[in-house]
Amino acid sequence: MKPGHGEVLLAEGDPRVQEDEERLVEEFRRQLDEGMWAAVPVTNPGSGRREAQMVKQYTDIPPDSERVIFFPRASGG
Amino acid sequence: MLLALLALALIALVLAAPMIARRIADWRAARPKRPSADRSLDLELYDPGRERRAEQRARELLRSCVNDEEWGMYRDLGFIRVAGRHARREVDRGRGGRPPYAYLVYPHKPIVAFVPQSGQLLSEYCVEFPDLTGSGGRHRLPASDDVLAKWMALTSNEDRVIKRANMHLVGRQLDPARVRRDLWRLAEWERRRQPTQSQR
Repeated sequence: MKPGHGEVLLAEGDPRVQEDEERLVEEFRRQLDEGMWAAVPVTNPGSGRREAQMVKQYTDIPPDSERVIFFPRASGG
Repeated sequence: MLLALLALALIALVLAAPMIARRIADWRAARPKRPSADRSLDLELYDPGRERRAEQRARELLRSCVNDEEWGMYRDLGFIRVAGRHARREVDRGRGGRPPYAYLVYPHKPIVAFVPQSGQLLSEYCVEFPDLTGSGGRHRLPASDDVLAKWMALTSNEDRVIKRANMHLVGRQLDPARVRRDLWRLAEWERRRQPTQSQR
């Protein structure tokens, strides 16, 4: 999510393919270095409710995730 | 006689043309450039449809992330209710799945904490997601992206976003009467949905 633009596709690929994964890891790190938060929408296995899972490392991303959403850090308004 | 003069003038003009052209070229080169001529190309052209397209994409993204009930709530009422995660007392745990407190998430407005059982308004949390790219302009997320960012922040790490927010009593930015009306609208909306759900 980019202020002023909304959703912007940063990178896509198959993480099982080494070249794709390297590109995804690089973009993931770049976004976090820029100060963005990363989250993956998931379904809570206990309650069945939808929720977000924050990820701080590429390896934290659930393997079956379709996407990671980067958004600006929250601050007091 | 007149024809001869015209022919002579024409010949003189043709002979002098290269010299005149050189003079004009020298004068143009020496003339300072007008700044506005090139700067107009550097300005970012305003696209009146950009924000509308961004909001449409944001709505689709929000819809794909939240559950059907939350999406319907946002589509019909303009806000989403998010349950609070903390149960502070044993009595809170015995409410039959009803959370002890919850939040109303509005686009570009503070998050409001309230007690679902009584409708009591607790506090408002002012939070924003500022542009970190340093691009200068004071841009903000599309409305539906702002709701999604708050939803993700609350459902993933409630404490973190609440600690970062500025907390006030309800009424600083939001009209308490309007929030109470929204709670009533939410209750009516849920009541109308129940027969539909039971028919399925």
